[in-house]
Amino acid sequence: MRFIRSHILICSGSNCQLRGSLSIMHALEAELIKKGLYQEIRIVETGCLGLCEKGPGMVVYPEGVMYTRVTLADIPEIVEEHLLKGRFVRRLMTQPADGEDKLTPLNMSPFFIKQKRVVLKNCGLINPESIEEYIAAGGYQSLAMALDQYSPDQVIQIVKDSNLRGRGGAGFPTGRKWDFTRRAEGTEKYLICNADEGEPGTFKDRLIIEGDPHLVLEGMSLAAYAIGADKGIIYVRGEYDLSIKRLEQAIRQARESGLLGRNILGSEFSFDIDVCLGAGAYVCGEETALIESIEGKRGEPRLKPPYPAQAGLWGKPTSVNNVETLANIPSIIEHGAEWFRSIGTATSSGTKVFTLTGNVVNAGLIEVPMGITLREVIMEIGGGIPGGRQFKMAQTGGTSGGCLAEEHLDVPMDYESLSQYGSSLGSGALLIMDDSHCIVDLTKCFLRFFVHESCGQCTPCREGTAQLYNIVDKISKGRAAGSDIDLIEKLSRTMQISPLCALGQTAPIPVLSAFQYFGPEVRAHLRGTCPAGICNMKGALANADS
Amino acid sequence: MGKREAIAAFVDQPGGLIKALHRLQDQSGHNFLSPQDIELAAEVFDLPTASVWGTATFYSLFSMTPRGRHVIRVCESAPCHVVGSLNILSELEKHLGVQVGETTKDGCFTLEVASCLGVCGVAPAMMIDENIHGNLTPQSLAKILAGYA
Repeated sequence: MRFIRSHILICSGSNCQLRGSLSIMHALEAELIKKGLYQEIRIVETGCLGLCEKGPGMVVYPEGVMYTRVTLADIPEIVEEHLLKGRFVRRLMTQPADGEDKLTPLNMSPFFIKQKRVVLKNCGLINPESIEEYIAAGGYQSLAMALDQYSPDQVIQIVKDSNLRGRGGAGFPTGRKWDFTRRAEGTEKYLICNADEGEPGTFKDRLIIEGDPHLVLEGMSLAAYAIGADKGIIYVRGEYDLSIKRLEQAIRQARESGLLGRNILGSEFSFDIDVCLGAGAYVCGEETALIESIEGKRGEPRLKPPYPAQAGLWGKPTSVNNVETLANIPSIIEHGAEWFRSIGTATSSGTKVFTLTGNVVNAGLIEVPMGITLREVIMEIGGGIPGGRQFKMAQTGGTSGGCLAEEHLDVPMDYESLSQYGSSLGSGALLIMDDSHCIVDLTKCFLRFFVHESCGQCTPCREGTAQLYNIVDKISKGRAAGSDIDLIEKLSRTMQISPLCALGQTAPIPVLSAFQYFGPEVRAHLRGTCPAGICNMKGALANADS
Repeated sequence: MGKREAIAAFVDQPGGLIKALHRLQDQSGHNFLSPQDIELAAEVFDLPTASVWGTATFYSLFSMTPRGRHVIRVCESAPCHVVGSLNILSELEKHLGVQVGETTKDGCFTLEVASCLGVCGVAPAMMIDENIHGNLTPQSLAKILAGYA
């Protein structure tokens, strides 16, 4: 038997792959062979470790030393020093190490200490391409337990009691959604996993799938068992090559192991999953548009009611759940509703996976308990603002979320608190911006996105997004008047209530919050000045009413 | 394999029409869907031509006009914007001698903009065909493009 004394876990998530993690892995393999260590050290490809900005990343066990920004030139030193002589390569380490042998354990280091990994529990620890490693880490236990011990109604009750709410953006209670679908008439029902992650700044679902695809499949199986579906579909973005590959591979493995297919684990429950590809349309993240797209049509949202729980895919009762929502289910079944409710706040249970982007030192993927403050996330886990600049604003929930200013840094990140300030948890995107940016220029960028992505079906969204963009464009050129700001306000209020789906209803949110919290900066533009010096004011008009 | 056979297998699959359109576009040689492709898909899927046309024109990954051998899609969403995607776009326009939406004279590249590509950890980013390129700087572009020419 081969005796392994060390494991090197290398992140093979898409961000690290783009930074060259695969060539690092091959170089490491070659170096281990050269030094005669190949028999005693195993290299494992894992999912995302979280520090995407500092990739490619790797962790050497049993010591638990994390190296980041590893280059090909560093490989001989890591092998010679760490793996042969047992001395850490300090210049590549992320965690503090005082003295020769005192090492801060990885989970106690600044990036990890405030994190709580439920959805990401296996991410960066197991090989996502191996069903055996998933099972060894306790995978498919919850499915076996549920099929053996719980009726579908009991599973729904546990999820209801856990207070889990949808993690895709809308935050609808998952247990209730399942209950509606279960109780809807008809024997043919569908479960859809929404992996059409299009909210700008969000890449959590991609990394969850890439890092632990079986967790998503197990969550789907539990959901299907609860609602009474025997067919599942994962709708994934056409651009997500690695996610598609890992999902298809995981589905194949699960079928071979009898964890998908007929009479799973000897029970009456049969379930199988197909992968369906998107073709580039943000609106398809909306559940009825997504259903239209699976049916091969234009991805235009349907008029509701009926909701998908009554009449979804092909007119049959359907539950559409986000990747992260489903990835929570196995842990809830395993540890119980009470355990889940003990994480987070009284009304927002559990954890939330966030993607940190923009002007922040540790851009990447994190999972934290609900209720943590924006300050803790940005300044502690995120490592603060780089380049000696100042924090200006954060946009939570993606481009359809609100902009928060410095005075909001101590707002707890949960469903209720953020909505008080006109923002939302949304998809978990957190875009951090420093003081070099102009609020008007950013608002224009947000609106350009909505103009492009409005599906055009209903008038308030199609015309409203374009008009909002035109007015903000005018402001950015110094050609607007005070009355234009009133017009934005009025148009936004109309848009919040009248479009058919959330795309149009949320499009004004970033504008309203930005103009509310950065009013003086916006009004300076009416006088032909851009305080940040970003907007081109050459054609500015002098306005008397500003 | 002929186009008809290539797409026939998708008829009974969920989202089959979109998979078929992806396949037809890949086989076109010019990264687009011709009126003949639309007719063919309508026939194979037993759908009105207008509804296939409607589907094809809805999604940004499909083009109804011929494109270059390689399609460049630069992310213009906010996370890339705040770390300088506009400089990337203007540098690409300069380097290729085309504006967004146009194809280079030699038929090699079409330049497009895209909404978030979901790799914000390596922003600013772009996709060329199925490949993502991240951490772009105006200086790094020429070398990346040379790999496709």
